[in-house]
Amino acid sequence: MDNIILCVEGYAKQFYLHSRQRLIPSAAQVNLTVRAGQLTALIGPTGAGKSSVLKGIYRTYLPSAGRLLYTDAEGHTLDLALASEHRILELRQREIGFVTQFLHCLPRQPALDVVAEPLLTRGVTREAARQQAAELLERLAVPQRLWGVPPATFSGGEKQRINLARGLIARPRLLLLDEPTASLDTATTEHVIALIEEMKQDGVGMIAIFHHPALVERLADAVVELSPPDMAVTDQSIEHIA
Amino acid sequence: MSRKILEVTNLTKIHGDGCPLCLESTGPEADTNICPHCGSVVAAHGVSFDLYQGEILGIIGESGSGKSTVVKTLYFDDAPSAGEAVFFDEDAQYDLYSLNAAQQRGLRNKRFGMVYQNPHLGLNFNVSAGGNIAERLLMSDVAHYGAIRERARSLLVRTEVLENRMDENPKKFSGGMQQRVQIAKALATRPPLLFLDEVTTGLDLSVQAAILDLILEIQHELGTAMIVVTHDLGVVRLLAGRTLVMKYGRVIETGLTDQILEDPQHAYTQRLVASAL
Repeated sequence: MDNIILCVEGYAKQFYLHSRQRLIPSAAQVNLTVRAGQLTALIGPTGAGKSSVLKGIYRTYLPSAGRLLYTDAEGHTLDLALASEHRILELRQREIGFVTQFLHCLPRQPALDVVAEPLLTRGVTREAARQQAAELLERLAVPQRLWGVPPATFSGGEKQRINLARGLIARPRLLLLDEPTASLDTATTEHVIALIEEMKQDGVGMIAIFHHPALVERLADAVVELSPPDMAVTDQSIEHIA
Repeated sequence: MSRKILEVTNLTKIHGDGCPLCLESTGPEADTNICPHCGSVVAAHGVSFDLYQGEILGIIGESGSGKSTVVKTLYFDDAPSAGEAVFFDEDAQYDLYSLNAAQQRGLRNKRFGMVYQNPHLGLNFNVSAGGNIAERLLMSDVAHYGAIRERARSLLVRTEVLENRMDENPKKFSGGMQQRVQIAKALATRPPLLFLDEVTTGLDLSVQAAILDLILEIQHELGTAMIVVTHDLGVVRLLAGRTLVMKYGRVIETGLTDQILEDPQHAYTQRLVASAL
């Protein structure tokens, strides 16, 4: 039990759209556990709220219900749903990483620096950070001619690998992965799998959404199946609010 | 956890005489910041927030939301009507609005920096680019000519202003270049706190991108805490960890910037985000 780093109990998320005066359900009744060095896979049909769970944990979404109990590096347990914004920012910088499907970065920053940035904010020197970034890009088979170029013009698969490298470089304790291989070919996917396995061995706990069931089979230590949140319940809650 | 550098409590600024009905007759619900009873403008009311060392806080809102008023009162360009702000410096703390004028000038010249949307407010167009930086260094007690000139030169190089234009008047510079000189001037004393008021508004997109890059690089290098006022959601997305949303002088929502943009709670913020995407 002592290696549990995240325990989600009864997470739910719904959006209230003021312009339509409507509640939009996004996820309901989600329970899951993540252990250090293990990967928990989220599966379920589109609309089941898989990304919503990851965003709730990262606090990009404000959870509507449930507890998200995270045990930090010092062994303190806190509810991510209630933690202060400064505490969340600090955890994002040091402990919790998120690889999304989209890359937001400064327009003129070269790919190498985009990847190295999380290390810079942790106080690693620019040279050392660039060195590590280069090693990671090498392993992910990103052609060296792209390293000095801003990723804005990259292909989907290239951007995704930049995003992945940026998420992995700081070796977070908890890593959230939203379809990290969606636009990659088979060979590149194998590089990513090798990296994920290595991270697991290093003790990183992960929650991942994968496009292919085969990846779940190969990488997941636990599987959590989500079903779309119940619309009937939501209709009631709409009446409730109105 | 990093150190708190600024604590703002219930900051209020009313332009005009004010009347007992001003506060209840203005704000987002009243849909105005002008008091219908006395005509005073409630530019900001009840604004409270914390800022930590090295943090970038965004303030977004439309014209008249009071976002610039907040930084102008913190930089002593304007006196607040009520409220408190405490600045925690390395070894002392200052209750900003209890200080006398000389003490306020001291903080403004040495410990705070400001970059305005309008370069005319931040730069002296009667002296050269280098002279502008020298002015600020002189006010903060650096008096050696050689040292001042060298510091001005290195700051302009850092902000990517061509070295050989150091002795030119910034009047002749492009808008983007003027903003770079303003940034260099603001940074001259290595202030721990920097205010940026719509610094990229009105610039070409490519110039905007370069200025934003520069701001973020500086924040990485120097760990400067910043308050970034803008109406551009893209600017807070790139720069700010947390964001305040203001309307008609009131803070209507505050949160992590990605949360404000992807899961806005208030009806107004939802409209603002929806209309930007």
